Formats: sequence, structure tokens, C-alpha cells
Amino acid sequence: MNAALHHLWTPLSATPLLWMVVTLGAYVIGRQVQKACGGSPFASPVLIAILIVAATLLGTDTSYDTYFAGAQFIHFLLGPVTVALAVPLAENFALVRRHLSSIGLALLAGSLTSVLSGVGLVWLLGGSRSVALSMAPKAVTTPIAMAVSGQIGGVPALTASLAILGGILAAIIGRHMLVRFQIADWRAHGLAAGVAGSGIAAAQVAALDEVGAAFAALGIGLNALLTAVLVPLLATLWR
Amino acid sequence: METAMPSAMLILVGCQLLGELLRTTFHLPVPGPVIGMFLLTLALGVRAKRVGQAITPAPLKPVAEGLIANMGLLFVPAGVGIIAEAGVIRKEWLPIIVAVAGSTILSLIVTALVMHWTLPRTPANPAEREGSMS
Repeated sequence: MNAALHHLWTPLSATPLLWMVVTLGAYVIGRQVQKACGGSPFASPVLIAILIVAATLLGTDTSYDTYFAGAQFIHFLLGPVTVALAVPLAENFALVRRHLSSIGLALLAGSLTSVLSGVGLVWLLGGSRSVALSMAPKAVTTPIAMAVSGQIGGVPALTASLAILGGILAAIIGRHMLVRFQIADWRAHGLAAGVAGSGIAAAQVAALDEVGAAFAALGIGLNALLTAVLVPLLATLWR
Repeated sequence: METAMPSAMLILVGCQLLGELLRTTFHLPVPGPVIGMFLLTLALGVRAKRVGQAITPAPLKPVAEGLIANMGLLFVPAGVGIIAEAGVIRKEWLPIIVAVAGSTILSLIVTALVMHWTLPRTPANPAEREGSMS
């Protein structure tokens, strides 16, 4: 029985097909769980899917590289979906243009807060310099976060993990927390999600409101521009 | 949807390619897809002004909305990469967890508060929407 399973498993585990099925299946389960929880953001489908896939990999003693060889076809779509954010952005362009100065101020404040508090907290708690530098660009969209991290002396792969963790957290608590601060405006929610939590938090907002989606798209895009310029500059000051 | 799919994907992947080309040509520090997003926004805006109709062409809208609605799925492969970083995270778990949580929460609050204070109160945020937010 075990030998038969092994015969089936060995060739299958090397094909991209298996890991695409596992990834899609885990996400579908995550969505079902969220639905069963009444759509609560605490039941994050991304988090549930990551946990299921990670447990599967650890349980079957499969390396991340083997997994990613299959899952990269899903990962690839991150590019087109980023471009697709142009649709809500263009549809709400008049609204965005009207508030350009507010957006600029909020972006600058939020982005600086994220970088400085991230680095500061690691430093205060005795973390290493490379972890602090990996933390600096973590709020921004993953490819740019990794590029900036490598440029300033951080660890790109660690930054990617931190970006995902921060994004999941922002998606889970963002709405509840801002409502507690008496902020019910989708423009503020969208921009905050885009600036602080990038794609994962934006996905949570985009599923609920189109204006929020537009401001989240803008938050991701503008924070990418700002971080790419600002963080390497700040890093030269901290030696 | 079946007929819309290829042309919509062509627009999206084409903009991404154009973004990558611009990035490598001018050594821009921003990733290709983000440049592609701004290019497509610009193109949609110019087109809407010229044609004077719906901002998003019919084939693009359902595909873009479908992709955005399921954006979370696309982060799963990268997210699973955390298991490859488990070593560092376990070693410096306290600063990492506190800094990720603290900086994310602070940045969320600061961004939203500055928006909230500087935005004019317009009907873009009708009261009935607040009901769906809690």
C-alpha cells in the first residue's frame, strides 16, 4: 500500500500540476471558511491557504523550490493583476484628482511612519541590522520591496515574507481598527490599505468597494514610487 | 467573457511588457507592472476623453474585475515562502513580530487619519455605506 502510494507520489510531486491543484484547493477552502464565518476578515483566505500549503509541504517533506516550480504559474499573474488595478483607478480618476493634495500628504505620512517605526522597533528590541533593513521597505508591493531591500543591505527573501505578514495583518484588522477611529470613508480605507498593506490588504478592500479599490491601487502605485526613492536615501543616512 | 478573455489579457500583459521595457531602458527603480498600471490608467483616461463613452472598454472590465476579486490567491505561492525563512524568524521572532505588527498598524492609522483630516466631507461617502462597514 505504502509502496503503491510512493509510486504515485514520486512522479506527481515533480509536476507543476500537483502544486497548482494544492494551491487552488487551499484557497478555495480558505474562501469557504471565510464564507462560513460570515465573511469575517479574521478568517483570511490568504492566511488559511498559506497555512494549508505550508503544512502540506512540511508533511510531505517537499522543498519550497519544488513547490514554487509549480505554483509560479499562479504567482506570475501578480503582474497582470497589478496592471488591472488601472481599471478602478481610471474609473475614479476624477475623484482622485480632486483630492490629490490630501493623497500626497497621507501617502508621505503613512510611508514614513511605516519605514521609521519598522526600523525603530526592530532596533529597540535588539534585532539585527539586516532584519531592520529588511523591515524598512516591507509595506510596499513585493517585487519593489525585495529590490529595495537588496539594495540597502537587507535580505530580499525575508522582506518578501515580512511584506506578506504585514499585508495579511492589514487585511485582517484594517477595517475594524479604522472604524474604531471613527473613519468610515472608503477613500481613507483604500489608501491606507494600499500604503500600509499593499496587495493583500488592497484585495480585501477591493472586494468590498470600488472607490476603495481605486484609492488602494493609487496607494500601492505611489508608495512604490516613493519607497524606491526614499528608503535608499534614508538608508545612506543610517550608518 | 470567452471572447473578452484573450483581448483583455493582451491589454494587461502588453502594458506589463511595455512597463518592463521602460524600466530597463530608463533604469527606473519601479517594477514593470506598476509602470504598466500607470500607463494603462493614462491610456484609459485619454481614450475616454476621445471616444466620450465608458472609461473601461467592454472586454477589459470583467477580466480586470475577476482578477482583482481573486488577488489574494496570487499571493499564496510567495506567502508560502515564509517556511524558507523560518530560521531567521524563529531566531529574532520578537523584534520581527512586534515591528511588523506595530509598523503596519501605525502606518494604517496615520495614512487614514491624514486622509480623514484633510479630505472635505463630500457625499462620496453616504451615510448608508457606513452600515456595511462595521
